[in-house]
Amino acid sequence: MPPAAPRSGDAIFASVERVNAELFTLTYGAIVRQLLTDLEEVEEVNKQLDQMGYNIGIRLIDEFLAKSNVSRCVDFKETAEVIAKVGFKMFLGVTASVTNWDADGTCCSIVLEDNPLVDFVELPDTCQGLYYCNILSGVIRGALEMVSMKTEVTWIRDMLRGDDAYELQVKLLKQVPEEYPYKDDE
Amino acid sequence: MQFFGGSEISPSPSVPTTTGNNAHMIYVFNRNGVCLLYREWNRPLHTLNPQQDHKLMFGLLFSLKSLTAKMDPTSAEKGNLGVPQLPGQGCSFHSFRTNTYKLSFMETPSGIKFILVTNPRSGDLRETLMYIYNLYVEYVAKNPLYTPGTPIRCELFNTALDQYVRSIP
Repeated sequence: MPPAAPRSGDAIFASVERVNAELFTLTYGAIVRQLLTDLEEVEEVNKQLDQMGYNIGIRLIDEFLAKSNVSRCVDFKETAEVIAKVGFKMFLGVTASVTNWDADGTCCSIVLEDNPLVDFVELPDTCQGLYYCNILSGVIRGALEMVSMKTEVTWIRDMLRGDDAYELQVKLLKQVPEEYPYKDDE
Repeated sequence: MQFFGGSEISPSPSVPTTTGNNAHMIYVFNRNGVCLLYREWNRPLHTLNPQQDHKLMFGLLFSLKSLTAKMDPTSAEKGNLGVPQLPGQGCSFHSFRTNTYKLSFMETPSGIKFILVTNPRSGDLRETLMYIYNLYVEYVAKNPLYTPGTPIRCELFNTALDQYVRSIP
């Protein structure tokens, strides 16, 4: 019996266990609040959120691959589409779109229409440099690193800072092929 | 009071037998060659010590994958033999069979490799391996006490795996 075909984001989102959206939002808010209290510097908090996201991403990729059954993407364009259409839908329940491809297809933007992490959130004046959703950039970076792509993920537009949408820029730095890990003389 | 038919009153726990348990052993590797899990249920002959055995298995699969990808008659590009490839790219073999066992293999794009050795009459075990991957996700990837890249020491995963493998036809 051949393996099952890849499933759509909606189908998987409907079949996984879900948690209350407010609980999720408030828990994330509590994490950011605590980090701000502990670290005090906004830049440090941004870095720490990215690192936390990275640690989540390296585990999340296996869950994503197991549940969605996607096979290896042929190129980076397909990867970005899969992240936006299947990944974001499956884990956050939001639809995202991919825009702004550059000439050689290594850099794109993922635009989120809505973002469950930021419901009820307003940034005060003391935290103006904070990327509140920086955990998402870490998650994408970590997940892609486990499928041999080194990327750089940054926020271009952030509604908490006054823009009109959430836009992440994903830039592929390089693809790292698998090498035989043992040395020949061992 | 006399007891008749003691076996009906207290059911004995299921014991893995050679007829009931059709899988011989399982290996799980990550992309760096670290053997994350090795479990055996039915392996009468041991030839090498565990480290050599794992390295041999990993090397075998690495070479087989490379060979099958390069010998693909339908693929357009002709790379050089030995050039490392991205995991999942090109075609990949999924099983081989000898007269005494069948070895089934599955590699995920994240580099996790599952190898299951069963009796030679087994059918296509790709669905089985996919299910085991799902078990891995549930019990290992989501386990906060597990550090990715280290050998798996999760009892729940071992139990769930044993139970599932017992049910493979």
